[in-house]
Amino acid sequence: MSHTPAAVRHALTSAPPADAVPEQAADHPPAVYRVQYRNIENDDTVTLALDPDGSPLPPFAPGQFAMLYAFGVGEVPISVSGIPYGAGPLRHTIRAVGPVSSALHRLRPGDRLGVRGPFGTGWDLDGAAGGDVLVVAGGIGLAPLRPLVHAAFAAPRRFRRLSVLVGARSPADLLYRHELDRWRERAHVAVTVDRPDDGWTGNVGVVTALLNPVVTDPSHTTAFVCGPEAMIRHTARDLLARGLPSRRIRVSLERNMRCGTATCGHCQLGPLLLCREGPVVGYDRAADLMNVRGL
Amino acid sequence: MENVTPAAPTPDPATVLDRTGLDALIRELAARGYTVVGPTERNGAVVLAELAGADELPWGVGTDTDAGRYRTTARADGAAFAHSAGPQPWKRFLHPPRVREWSAERTDQELVFRAETSPAPSYAFLGVRPCDLRAIAVQDRVLAYGARPDSAYTARRRGAFIVAAECTEPGAACFCVSAGGGPAAGPGYDLVLTEVAEPGDHRFWARAGSERGAEVLAVLPGRHADSRTVNAARTAVDAARDRMGRSLPDVDLHALMAGSRGSAHWDDIAQRCLTCGNCTLVCPTCYCTTSEEVTDLTGDHAERWRRWDSCFDLDFSYLHGGPVRSTGADRYRQWLTHKLGTWHDQFGSSGCVGCGRCVVWCPVGIDLTKEIPVFAAERAESAAATGTAPEPRTAAPEHDGGLA
Repeated sequence: MSHTPAAVRHALTSAPPADAVPEQAADHPPAVYRVQYRNIENDDTVTLALDPDGSPLPPFAPGQFAMLYAFGVGEVPISVSGIPYGAGPLRHTIRAVGPVSSALHRLRPGDRLGVRGPFGTGWDLDGAAGGDVLVVAGGIGLAPLRPLVHAAFAAPRRFRRLSVLVGARSPADLLYRHELDRWRERAHVAVTVDRPDDGWTGNVGVVTALLNPVVTDPSHTTAFVCGPEAMIRHTARDLLARGLPSRRIRVSLERNMRCGTATCGHCQLGPLLLCREGPVVGYDRAADLMNVRGL
Repeated sequence: MENVTPAAPTPDPATVLDRTGLDALIRELAARGYTVVGPTERNGAVVLAELAGADELPWGVGTDTDAGRYRTTARADGAAFAHSAGPQPWKRFLHPPRVREWSAERTDQELVFRAETSPAPSYAFLGVRPCDLRAIAVQDRVLAYGARPDSAYTARRRGAFIVAAECTEPGAACFCVSAGGGPAAGPGYDLVLTEVAEPGDHRFWARAGSERGAEVLAVLPGRHADSRTVNAARTAVDAARDRMGRSLPDVDLHALMAGSRGSAHWDDIAQRCLTCGNCTLVCPTCYCTTSEEVTDLTGDHAERWRRWDSCFDLDFSYLHGGPVRSTGADRYRQWLTHKLGTWHDQFGSSGCVGCGRCVVWCPVGIDLTKEIPVFAAERAESAAATGTAPEPRTAAPEHDGGLA
């Protein structure tokens, strides 16, 4: 991104605009995608696999998000939860909480929707190369971390140990349950719930309680954390206390994102425009901002 | 030495216009296809509206402004551009309150999106004050120079012909000098006028700032610039510099705002603030928008509109069932710390140009030039208590507009 006067001059004195709105424009319309299949994750959450109806959007990196558009209802920011390798579909995991996400949740195979993106920063898995990778997820926060886990599996020699810690309200709220079982074959996976049901034999309690056995070499560990803001704060503090450098704690933050293009002003967290400098931010930048109430 | 053929001497354009010359300027711009917009008096205020001729300018209209106060007054000198900033900023035209961004059609088989293709209006702005010229440059950095520029803004902006009017009469709420600007016009104009309202010889010293500005100037009736006019114009602008009604304290506001997030003074301001959002509407740089979905009765045609939004609105920060900035203090802090502080982080300059509108149009008269010294004093006090140096004023690397 350039703010230089030279760039300014160029932008405003170059040739008159073509009839078409340029693809990079903030107000460019969405690309049309079609629902290929729909996986029910739990009571209120589905994963939609999407194929482009025309030319696909540029590739998404793990951690980035799209603006998903439900016809006649509106748009919401949703992180990518699966990235096409080769010809596979783009995946988004959607929890029905408001009018737009509920409309997206209702889509069935063959239905069409609009997609804009990719927007924002990625997790930057490369920054963890040579060390341990620690993934900590709370609730639907596992969705944006899923493509990161896939990317780590795809390059096993680049990292030492991969640990995935997952917290959920109840066993019924857990996402990707079958996939978690498969991940256990190649990674340390630990799951905990706040409210166990009768059949639950696993951990009960907060996700930070799972950190003990996994942080063994803090200065060579990179943590990727996503979940409710309070969970992120507690996890990050715990990791700091265990000796992780704050810049090696990567957190994904959320604000009311309306445009995705850094032009609407809604996603500010202090100096950060979270659709541009985020959603993934190093905790070295985020800590002070997350500690101010009402920022 | 090589013999170089001298370029044919271009006739010196007439650079001193009288009222007739100003009228000719408006008509020339209209003849070139521009919608000419400038100040005019309406309902007791100087507003921006389409002008057909110079008669519609607010001749002899001055303003009496203060925190929460705006009245027009009569000026004996009959000046046309001595009314300080009115309630409307130029963003109303470049970044309109409502814009359709795209539309969508749904059939059984298809979903089709259409980009907005209606041609952008071509405006000529007459009488853009130097503070507002800087404000346009500030919005340029937000809406036109990011990685994803807004095409609705950029098209309007690219087509706009700007006639600046230097400031010879700052208002009581003006503080452009301490905001890094001044009454002289910076870069970015096509033409600039400086008014010399002398009895019997009311005239405007005009200069071109672009090729198209020079083209227009070349065809206007007037006389050549004389030293008396140039000196009078320069003296009036220089004098205006020292007559600012208000000022911001001489501290690093970027650092001060970042360091004041935890101040209790936000609550004090919030006791007075109505969170009405007037300041964001009149501010020439506030750019925030929200999106709206509009459908027709058939349900098969939908449009995406965006409209101005305000960070004082509770819904602005809505997330997971409630607002992040739930108190008035949260929202006033967001507005002021963004304007003076985090704007630097996000867009490389301050978001404030010192036009004074937010002071004038605040219904309860909240005046940032009175509030900021409170934060500065708090910081100085806490610095003294801890033995650290308060923020020195660093030369903030503000990019000039460079719009020409």
